[in-house]
Amino acid sequence: MLCRVGYVRRCAATLNPILGAVASRQKHTLPDLPYDYGALEPHICAEIMQLHHSKHHATYVNNLNVTEEKYQEALAKGDVTAQVSLQPALKFNGGGHINHAIFWTNLSPNGGGEPQGKLLEAIKRDFGSFQKMKDKISAATVAVQGSGWGWLGFDKDSGRLRIAACANQDPLQGTTGLIPLLGIDVWEHAYYLQYKNVRPDYVKAIWNVVNWENVSERLQAAKK
Amino acid sequence: GHINHTIFWTNLSPNGGGEPQGELSEAIKRDFGSFQKMKEKMSAATVAVQGSGWGWLGFDKDSGRLRIAACGNQDPLQGTTGLVPLLGIDVWEHAYYLQYKNVRPDY
Repeated sequence: MLCRVGYVRRCAATLNPILGAVASRQKHTLPDLPYDYGALEPHICAEIMQLHHSKHHATYVNNLNVTEEKYQEALAKGDVTAQVSLQPALKFNGGGHINHAIFWTNLSPNGGGEPQGKLLEAIKRDFGSFQKMKDKISAATVAVQGSGWGWLGFDKDSGRLRIAACANQDPLQGTTGLIPLLGIDVWEHAYYLQYKNVRPDYVKAIWNVVNWENVSERLQAAKK
Repeated sequence: GHINHTIFWTNLSPNGGGEPQGELSEAIKRDFGSFQKMKEKMSAATVAVQGSGWGWLGFDKDSGRLRIAACGNQDPLQGTTGLVPLLGIDVWEHAYYLQYKNVRPDY
């Protein structure tokens, strides 16, 4: 959906050059969750999903739009100081929007089990086995200090899968160049209502709802 | 984490609230204009922490002045900035989420 917004933006600017400056930036919108808030129970409870999607992700979207608007003005005025001062908010809210938009598609009530096909081959090749990959990403994710995300990513240069962790809402691709395939949110809001301080239990449970088809699709797209 | 939380428990009290007195109150007025202004400035800095962290009222020994600061994660104020910690506000989500959910400003 982030790609579609850009397409609409470019169309609008082409079709109406007078309003091009105004229509040149369509606002970001909160994507719908592909399933009900309660669909991932008992692994992630409905209350978490509702707050996470309709409050946390929605706030990133709103604040991203506000920040981009201000950034546009700062660019127009040539105010580099203002641009720089807005960059942390762009990274935080832009990253938050990107990360959560990926996350909802990474999960499914029909998820769990094991990856298949080319994704499974790549996992075996780069980690030895599916279990070893799970252990490695789980450890990296649980070990995040403070708020952040664990990621399975694709390194275009080497053609290999890699595990990484990012702090706060730092987006994987924007900060490391790795293409995000599967993210695990370990901000406390992602699990605290249900798992309290026991982050390892949440990371263990989330494997029950990982949507391997989505992860495979992302790998296919990343290889292009 | 240990330093910060040890300070935090002593910063809070069932008999707390109200306003500071004496030399603390004088210092706050001198360095922020008023108690209300200090509260607003510190609240804003604390709410604005991106991710996990703490808002702090600290003492700058070099200038003899009170300062407001924010630290990420469990970075201890004195160890990372040199400011002597007086009052910390924990805004890791675990500090408020069960009660205030996403509404950090209410906490």
